[in-house]
Amino acid sequence: MSRWVLKGLKSGTVSSRYPVEIDRAKGISPGIIREDKGDFSADISSICPTGAISQREGGTFLDRRKCIHCMRCCEGEEKDSLWEKGFEWARFTEGGKPFPVRFKHSVHIRVVDVGDCGGCLNEIKLLNNPYYNMHRSGFFITPTPRKADVLLIVGRLTEHMKGPLIKAYEAMPSPKRVIAVGACALGGGIFEEDFITPHELSRIIPVDVEIPGCPPPPLSIYHGLLLISQQLSMDCKRT
Amino acid sequence: MDAIVSYIKSNYEVDVERREKTVLLTCRKEICPQICNVLFERFRCIFSGIVVDRLNENWLIFYIFLKKGERFLVQGSLVAEDDSFISISPYIHGADWHEREIEDLFEFRFEGHPRLGNFVLHDDVWPEGIAPMRQKDFPGATFDYWEDISPERLLDAPGAFIMPIGPIFSGEHESVHFQIETIGEEIVRCYPRLFYKFRAIEKKAQGMEVDRAILLSERIAGKCAFAHALGFCQAVEEICGVEVPPRAKVLRMFLSELERIRHHIGVLEGICSSTGLWVAASQLGMLEEKMLRLSCELTGHRYFFGMAICGGVSRDIENDLLSRAIEEVEEILSHLKEIETLLISTSSFLDRIEEVGVVGEEDVLHYGMVGPVARASGWVNDIRVVAPYLLYGELNFGIPTEIEGDGYARFRVFSLEIEQSLNILTQLLDRIKYGEVKRDVVYRQGWGLGIVEAPGGSALHWVRLDRDGKIARYRIITPSFMNWHGFHNAVEGFAFQDFPIILATFGLDVAENDR
Repeated sequence: MSRWVLKGLKSGTVSSRYPVEIDRAKGISPGIIREDKGDFSADISSICPTGAISQREGGTFLDRRKCIHCMRCCEGEEKDSLWEKGFEWARFTEGGKPFPVRFKHSVHIRVVDVGDCGGCLNEIKLLNNPYYNMHRSGFFITPTPRKADVLLIVGRLTEHMKGPLIKAYEAMPSPKRVIAVGACALGGGIFEEDFITPHELSRIIPVDVEIPGCPPPPLSIYHGLLLISQQLSMDCKRT
Repeated sequence: MDAIVSYIKSNYEVDVERREKTVLLTCRKEICPQICNVLFERFRCIFSGIVVDRLNENWLIFYIFLKKGERFLVQGSLVAEDDSFISISPYIHGADWHEREIEDLFEFRFEGHPRLGNFVLHDDVWPEGIAPMRQKDFPGATFDYWEDISPERLLDAPGAFIMPIGPIFSGEHESVHFQIETIGEEIVRCYPRLFYKFRAIEKKAQGMEVDRAILLSERIAGKCAFAHALGFCQAVEEICGVEVPPRAKVLRMFLSELERIRHHIGVLEGICSSTGLWVAASQLGMLEEKMLRLSCELTGHRYFFGMAICGGVSRDIENDLLSRAIEEVEEILSHLKEIETLLISTSSFLDRIEEVGVVGEEDVLHYGMVGPVARASGWVNDIRVVAPYLLYGELNFGIPTEIEGDGYARFRVFSLEIEQSLNILTQLLDRIKYGEVKRDVVYRQGWGLGIVEAPGGSALHWVRLDRDGKIARYRIITPSFMNWHGFHNAVEGFAFQDFPIILATFGLDVAENDR
């Protein structure tokens, strides 16, 4: 056993300094399209397979909730005005509220997979590894919704998972919050509405924070958790 | 191969058609089961799946078998209003789940099948008798109810009970429901109830453009995204008769092997955390994260989404980046070796995986299990050797095989495969060619079958394009679908506390199965 302890000590500390400092390590994020409106010479909306880039009256509009990082729009010269590196993508929804401040230091999370491909789920699993180590900010994954404060929902909601999801939500004690992770959970992505995926998640249960990305990298999910527990505010500027 | 064809021709009434590596045997649906039986029992072909397809208002059924570089397709068809086939699962148990899936989605009956219904479409959400795949625009649910599951009990003994687990359970596990029948400590029967995450990718793809359907095939399973997208692309390239440029071939193999290494490290991490070895799990988690960061540096995406494209790969990777990637993988592997040396001298780890979750070779063969799980029980059916694609036929690499079939054997196969993948990567470095990485593809009518070795085992992608070059039928047969079928063999007879460990050693993917 002592050899394991030694092995652990030998690895040193690898944890990210985020949120004290922005993490700039290579390969932590694929990047995403910019927010709001862009100014482009040509019509690039036809390249986008999910409608994240749309051409309407008044110019080209960008909706990063629908972006799936296929990077088909990145091939031209417009890349820099279109694409953004970084990972702080989580946003409150309209009417979404953070936790009262007194919950700040211990937030228990129940992950619910309602039709995920495994990408988002793997990124959530990685939040527990030494690089991100979400325990340092007081986030814990719990096996039961009865102990959970936050429901972290991944995937495109299927007809089969609707019942279990509602049950899990109702089993949670108040106050409770919901975070939707990934383009599929935000109603965008590549999975369209049809007989088996007819529901938009936000119509079934209220969503407080949305994290775009396909899948969002671990630090984006971390950002969402920090926002909802008020450890970080939206207008916080850091270098 | 000629021997097989001439034997079948002389004994049965069939039309034989050859197309490169594929032999198409067309016959009446009544004699399909007999031919399947001959291929499976007499010639030891590997049963790989069943595809139902429609051509000019006619419903066709294809039974796919593989044999050393050759593919045998037994084709039967339905006439007019007929809607029943003859079940082959009495001879080939691996076909059982395929037939149940087809019955649920198409409402074709299989005569002689003992148990149909309540499989893909759960009976507590959907009524029987709907056939979503047979209607062009299936409207979906017009009702709204959810019943509690009342599990079927087979065991009649004092104190016997059913332990339900899931669909929402454990830390961050995928959604799946288990019904475990027990009289206390020993698991007598285990029934995994899958398809909670059924997203009907096959249905969604119908009528879709090829470029868009690639994105869908990547999202069958995020952890094996590139392998599945590659399978899809190979099927389309077969239809359109496109030869991929040499540099794209190398890059495709490079990404496939990187993905395999990352997937297997993830599985090893799962095994360590299921046995409660948190230091080892953290160490392996670090290696997995390193692999993901490396992937992102190479391609711009941590899971290779958006890389595969029909006719090549979408973005080129510079040569010095490739050689630097290999150096980094070598370093990751040296760490992995260190961890493994510690693991195999940790008795608390070995005690929990050795001689636990045993699957025999006979079971593996009959259930049609694939990939590392099958190889740990002595059954070699690696597509990279059985039906080589890209440049795999030209390279030298070993296929790690064990015979014990227990958790430890699977652990060893997963870790040895990582070494072999690195071996393939280093050989690829000498074969890098210069030139373009993608070729234009003109989509045309026809069908194609793309077979690849995904990290979990062989994956089959059947694609039929219509006259406009859009997708008419897309059928995916994934390794997890085959392996989940045989999973219950491994847990039955073992103790309750072994269950999560056996589950981890299988490295199964629920999303890949549910599609």
